[in-house]
Amino acid sequence: MISTSPALPLSRDASSRFLPWLIGFMVWLAAMALALVMILSAAGQQWRTGLAGTLTVQIIPVAGADSAATDALARRAIKLLRATPGIASAASVPDVQVAALLEPWLGKDALSADMNLPVPRLIDVRLIAGGAIDSDALGAQLAAEIPGATLDDHGLWLERLVALARALEAIAFAVVGLIGLAAIATVVFATRTGLAIHHEVVELLHLIGAQDGYVARQFQGRAFWLGLEGGLIGTVLAAVTLVLLGYLAGRIEASLLPPLALSVQQWAVLAAIAPAAALISMLTARLTVQRAVGRMA
Amino acid sequence: MNQGDDVVRFQNVGLRYGLGPEVLHDVSLRLPPGSFHFLTGDSGAGKSSLLRLMYLGLRPSRGLITLFGTDIATAPRAALPALRRGIGIVFQDFRLIDHLSALDNVALPLRIAGASEQQIREHVPELLRWVGLSDKVDARPPTLSGGQKQRVAIARAIIARPRLLLADEPTGNVDDSIAMRLMHLLEQLNKIGTTVIVATHNENIVNRFEQYPRLHLGNGELTPIAPGGATPVAGSIEQAAS
Repeated sequence: MISTSPALPLSRDASSRFLPWLIGFMVWLAAMALALVMILSAAGQQWRTGLAGTLTVQIIPVAGADSAATDALARRAIKLLRATPGIASAASVPDVQVAALLEPWLGKDALSADMNLPVPRLIDVRLIAGGAIDSDALGAQLAAEIPGATLDDHGLWLERLVALARALEAIAFAVVGLIGLAAIATVVFATRTGLAIHHEVVELLHLIGAQDGYVARQFQGRAFWLGLEGGLIGTVLAAVTLVLLGYLAGRIEASLLPPLALSVQQWAVLAAIAPAAALISMLTARLTVQRAVGRMA
Repeated sequence: MNQGDDVVRFQNVGLRYGLGPEVLHDVSLRLPPGSFHFLTGDSGAGKSSLLRLMYLGLRPSRGLITLFGTDIATAPRAALPALRRGIGIVFQDFRLIDHLSALDNVALPLRIAGASEQQIREHVPELLRWVGLSDKVDARPPTLSGGQKQRVAIARAIIARPRLLLADEPTGNVDDSIAMRLMHLLEQLNKIGTTVIVATHNENIVNRFEQYPRLHLGNGELTPIAPGGATPVAGSIEQAAS
């Protein structure tokens, strides 16, 4: 009977058993790092768009002044703000909203007359779409005309938050790169082991006229399927992990925590890791074999 | 005959392994197409090394080797597989692939050359029949006797109709009757135009086929011996003029 048995019995090698799991583990790590990159990138974008074009003015009660006096200062500030070019709207943040913000720290009755706390008045300012104002000048004007008024353009806070997100993104990218290098090194090692195990057959094929590509094809085909198998293992594990994390994060009411749910496009990026792992494994095995066979007489 | 037609030509070839002593000194020879030679010498005389140089398993430390008219020192690496496909090799230790059947072992050179499965189905069973192994086509090498392995190895060496056949001790593992049968098989192949070199230290075989010239290796030096005697042959083998 004519069989199609390959000349090199690579499927019986130990590497065929451990390589998919090693690649699977690395793909899992890479997928998690990549998911982190995508989540942070989306969160950074969300923070930027959410806060861009907004300012917050705070009227801190002056010592000895009563609530009515502070409200009057807030009204003056709103009037000043509305008269400033580039500002679309300026409105007091409702007491209900301020109370909700304070509730976690001061309880439900933070604004009640009984507590008599010097709670600052907050003014939510929105700029004209695409517009920009000189927030330093406006802050100075407010401070000069309204006692206790301060302007917060969220710039410093946002800048630091975005810088942190970018640093984490860079680290995650570096992790993906290092994992890629580790995967390549693993495939090189496994291929060299295969070459050492089957040295006699490889030499025989070489001596009876096999092109380097013929020998390389035997290894690269095997490496492709092992890489794909490992890639699928890692991707499935990563998907399960991300869904689980998304579920756990969804139970926490934290508006600042970036959403852990991935979009369809982001899932597609993660799904591409498995074929990428297969292709990288295949090319690595091919180059490793060609280099080794190229050294033969 | 034009020297450019030689199948193999060595000029002052020397070989050493690493920094060790030279195992072959100033070997010069010419093998015209269709010739048949024995390569004799004691064990360790360098017969296998000389064959390895011929099948491009080694590069010489010095000297010039021309194979099928191509200087192997200047031939691009990509051209070497095609040269190797013109050579059939019967290794002393057979070098059969244990997990492949006898048929797949014999078919290997055809597959490497890109032959179709139909060609393989046509030619390989026929050749196995010719070497007397028609009932062993599916047998794996570990289940074959020494003589059967030898015949599979010979079948693999000749399946692609090589221009040059190099056989290293092809009768070393078989009894006399099988040895004679194998030698007649190589002789038949030679008669259809293949240049044959048989390395052996079996004097009985050499004496039985005394019509063929010998290349004798001793102390790393090659001495041509005429058929049935000790006279160097000027026509087919000659010491290259230095």
